[in-house]
Amino acid sequence: MPKVKIKRKSTSTDMTAMCDVAFLLLTFFILTATARQPEALAVDTPSSTVKTKVPDADISMLTIGQGKVFFGVVGQDVRIKTLQKMGEQYKIVFTPEETKRFALIESFGVPIANLKQYIALDNADRMKLQQPGIPTDSLDNQLNAWILQARYATKELHGNELRFTLKGDSKEEYPTIKKVINVLQEQKINKFSLITSLEGDN
Amino acid sequence: MAELDTSGGGGKGKKTRSKKMSTKVDLTAMVDLAFLLITFFMLTTTLAKPQAMDMFMPDKPKDEEKQLDVKASRTMTVLLASDNKIVWYMGVAGDNPPTVDNYGKSGIRGAFIDNNKKVIAGTGDPKKGLMVIIKPTDKSNYKNFVDILDEVKIAGVPSYGIVNKIENAEINLLKDQGVYK
Repeated sequence: MPKVKIKRKSTSTDMTAMCDVAFLLLTFFILTATARQPEALAVDTPSSTVKTKVPDADISMLTIGQGKVFFGVVGQDVRIKTLQKMGEQYKIVFTPEETKRFALIESFGVPIANLKQYIALDNADRMKLQQPGIPTDSLDNQLNAWILQARYATKELHGNELRFTLKGDSKEEYPTIKKVINVLQEQKINKFSLITSLEGDN
Repeated sequence: MAELDTSGGGGKGKKTRSKKMSTKVDLTAMVDLAFLLITFFMLTTTLAKPQAMDMFMPDKPKDEEKQLDVKASRTMTVLLASDNKIVWYMGVAGDNPPTVDNYGKSGIRGAFIDNNKKVIAGTGDPKKGLMVIIKPTDKSNYKNFVDILDEVKIAGVPSYGIVNKIENAEINLLKDQGVYK
């Protein structure tokens, strides 16, 4: 009786090409990815169905959470200019070293009197620090000053209007939001964006 | 000893055979890892940029005369109350009974769409649709505010306005409904 021999096929496939493609893509995504800085104030943004992205330049972000307001503006040149202008207004002299360090701070929430100490801290200590937020009360409205000087700085450097985005926490009580909106409206900024996370259409 | 000559031809007696090593390396694990990382970077790059919802606040006119008059029959006032509830009424407060509603598809969105249709049918001009006046109270939170703007956008309401001034009568109305805590 003849025996039927089944030829065994090897189960291993040649992965070389696949590996090449995978690493090519991987390199591409690593290079295009932008590292995310840790946020000074962690907020949980509400979701919405809008799909417009935030622009990259000439934008300022006001982070609102736990009743505090944090201020941040995109672009190191704008930050430096804003700090200089704020220094002039509040009669505080910032050294070139401090200015350079300030340019790297994404967002902060300390009164201008404590800003020097805040700049002097290193990154790890800054994260630990409980920042009180920028004062917004009518007697000493520093948020108003920051917004105004940042707008001037953007106009002078880039010739564009600075755009504002509000990034608020879902649970934040409306009065805090109202306060910030009022500050913006005082300066006749009636158009701004709200930062939201993505949600399905239902 | 390594030998290059592996032909083995012509050799008599004892052959020194160097073992042929396969040049193939198992790449499966490497590919797995690469794809895992690709997935990670793909997801983080596309989601890193947050979405921005544009919103417009009405200009603050110095004098009352510059205010735009809208027919009361076209307006729908939406009060954002506590506990994720909405109270809305058409026209002037007191003329029409207020309705307590929820956010989302089964809640306020239907009301927006229905009222918009009714108003357009009443005016006969598709451009003169519903005018929604959003009044967030102190008891509402930021999520409510974003949600209602989103609903307005989804329902295709032609115009809306955000008013931060709340009348006492409206607060009383909310208290009557038990949604002002």
